[in-house]
Parts: sequence; C-alpha cells; structure tokens
Amino acid sequence: MAFLHIKNVKISGLAAGVPSTVVDNADLIPENSKYSIDDFVENTGIRSKHFSKVLTTSDLCFNAAERLISDLKWNKNDIGAIVFVSQNPDYLRPATACILQARLKLNKECAAYDIVFGCSGWVYGLCSLSSLMQSGDIKKALLMVGDAKEDHHDLLAGHAGTVTALEYQENNNGMYFHLGTNGDGWNAICIPDGGSRNPFSLRSLESIEIDGHKRCRLNSIMKGMDVFSFGISIAPKSIKSLADHFSFDYQAADYLVLHQANKKMNELIVKKLNFDPLKVPSSMYEFGNTSSSSIPLTIISQLKGKIESRKVKFVCCGFGVGLSWGTVAFAADGIKLSQLVLVDDEQIDEKYIYKI
Amino acid sequence: MNINDFVNKIAEQYNEPDTFAFSPDTHFKEIEEYSSLTALTIIAMVDDEYGIALRGDEIRGCATIEDLFKIVESKAKT
Repeated sequence: MAFLHIKNVKISGLAAGVPSTVVDNADLIPENSKYSIDDFVENTGIRSKHFSKVLTTSDLCFNAAERLISDLKWNKNDIGAIVFVSQNPDYLRPATACILQARLKLNKECAAYDIVFGCSGWVYGLCSLSSLMQSGDIKKALLMVGDAKEDHHDLLAGHAGTVTALEYQENNNGMYFHLGTNGDGWNAICIPDGGSRNPFSLRSLESIEIDGHKRCRLNSIMKGMDVFSFGISIAPKSIKSLADHFSFDYQAADYLVLHQANKKMNELIVKKLNFDPLKVPSSMYEFGNTSSSSIPLTIISQLKGKIESRKVKFVCCGFGVGLSWGTVAFAADGIKLSQLVLVDDEQIDEKYIYKI
Repeated sequence: MNINDFVNKIAEQYNEPDTFAFSPDTHFKEIEEYSSLTALTIIAMVDDEYGIALRGDEIRGCATIEDLFKIVESKAKT
C-alpha cells in the first residue's frame, strides 16, 4: 500500500513555460475525418495547444525556472537538488537534469536526476523529491516536469515544461500521497521503437494508420478506449482511498486538479466523487494534454491571482501511461505563481546542442 | 438490467438518434457517424449507468448492441 505522509516540505512556487506558437486543432483534423472540430472539442475538451518543432522540454523548464527563481528571490547556490520528470529527454544519455544543472548555473553540490514518467509524473516527482528533503539536509530544490516534442499531428498533446519550487520548513504538515501501478497496461500508451527492445531501424519510419491518423513506430501510440476506461475508474478510487487512509474529507478541498487528458473523462471522475465542478479548474481547451505538466500548468494558468495570498487546500490526481497513477493532497499557503512564460524558438542555447 | 433501456442509452450517444431506428440487432459501429469518439462516450455511459468498465477489445469484439449488452450483463454478475 503506497500511502505516504511526507512532512516538513512545502511547495513555495510554480512556474510554467510553453512555446509561444499556438496551433488550432481545426487546422489538423484530417479531411476525411468522421467528426468535425466542434464534435472533437465537445468530446475531448481540447481546442488548441502550444507547440514547437524546435524547443525541448528542458528549454521550457529552463525558462520557467529562471522566472521562478527570480520571483522567489532565491539564491541559486541554495538549491540542493533538481529532478527532471519527462518522457522526452534532450538525449538518450546523459540525464537531462545534468544539462539543466549546468544551464541554470547551479552549484555543483546539487543532486540531479531524471524520472521517466508521463501523466502521473508530477505527483511521482513531488513524492520523490520531497522524500529526499524531509530530513532537512536539502533546504531548497526544483522539480522540473513536462513533455514537448510529441508529434505535430497528435491532436491531443500540447507542449509545456513546469517548475515546482520545494522548500524545507520545519513543522509544515507537508503532503499526503497515494501511488499505484498496473503494469499489465504497459502497452496502452507506448512508443514502440527507439528503445532497446526495438532499436531504431528503417521500419520505424514506415507509415502506419491508427484511427485514421498517419503515425509511425516512433510516435506515441495509444489504446484510447482502454486509457479512458482506466482513468474514469482509477482516479476516483485513488482519491477516495487517500482520503480514507489519512482520514480527511476530500470534498473539503478548495480545488481538485486532475490530469488534463479528456474533458468527458474528468467530468465523470468529478461526478463519481460528488465534487463541486466549479472547484475543478481545467486548462486543456487552450493547452491540450500536456502530460506530466498538466496539473501545475492548470494551477498556474487558471488560478493565478486567486490563491496566492491565502491558504488553499489542493487534491491533485495524475493517471495514465504506465499504467500509473498518483494522488497528492497538500495545503498551499502564500504560494508564488509566476506569470506564464512564453518561449520562442530562438531561445535554445547552442552550447547544449551536441556537435561532433 | 433491461435490453430496451440499454438500446435507448446507446442511441443517446449518437447525435441524431431520432433519424435511426435502434434495436438490439443494430450494428452500432456501422452507423455512419460512429467514430473513436462515440466509443468513448459509450464507455463513459456504461461506467456511469452500470458501474462497469469496458475495455477496448470488448467493444472491438462485438457487432450488435445486444452483443455489447451481454458483455455488460455478464460483467455485472461477477
């Protein structure tokens, strides 16, 4: 039973970087599609997304991190750990967290590592990094979470890189976690080629048709019906079991923030939880499914200006690829929410592009 | 669990249910407007109304509304 209560660590601030270019799904729906853009938006909740062919997740996280460090007036030398959670590392090796340590000019006395995760990634990253900090040996740390570089023709996926600033604070009540896994669903969302099981080959580039969309074995291929069914069933269970385990009332939360995969899915989850839909912010209409960054991006884009000056109770649940899920409950007191950072294609740094 | 109720609930997942006579024998995936989005709304309806989680292969494996009803009925018993 993966229930955890991690004390003495608080979320001090959140920032998000997105590509400045916006793509309208009306321009992407195939001509022979059975559904119109209106049908698509009605069913998925996703109209547009921020997208770049050039920027990587780390570019988005880097720009968001610079903004957040400045907004919090942190001294970079105090940052003792950074964790990068993504399914789109800059390179297959080294860990992208190492590149970010250098690019952000952080102290060398800084632990840095990657976690490969999608939809549940923010919750997993939060749990991993806050566990590292609860003893008080590391006082400040950054969690960088997101995904960019998904294929342009994917109507659902948007690009974002977020940063969560964590701080050690004695006697802070911290965060409550529930983490779970059903690896039998490993192939529900999968990029078949490019890893060790099926290394890149000419076959990887051959066009295959999935639900009327042209894809290849280097794209993320999803069994949409299975993932949908999984989400509507597991998210309410996880939230209820966390609340039961730690004896709190999830309905007393100020906000429920769900992973942003599909509007219908989230409506059903909210209904099953008997939670007030007005307290469930959503960012998918504008940003699409932003993978692991969807929860912090939703908080930043929808709640900025509404929560910074008071104490707010959150319940957040991420679920998807793995299949994996995680729920976290915490109180944010005077959290800093940085202005959304729009990143241009020119904001890549040549220094971190490998040259032979 | 009643097959006629089930047929009506499936019909509601289509945009223009009145223009088509739905019955247990209806091949619901061959209706013109059926798409991957319709499949999701059917999964959502079955979860919401019957508390049953359908898998993609179960929907792929059935042709008529009655086929689907039988799956839901058998899952309800277990």
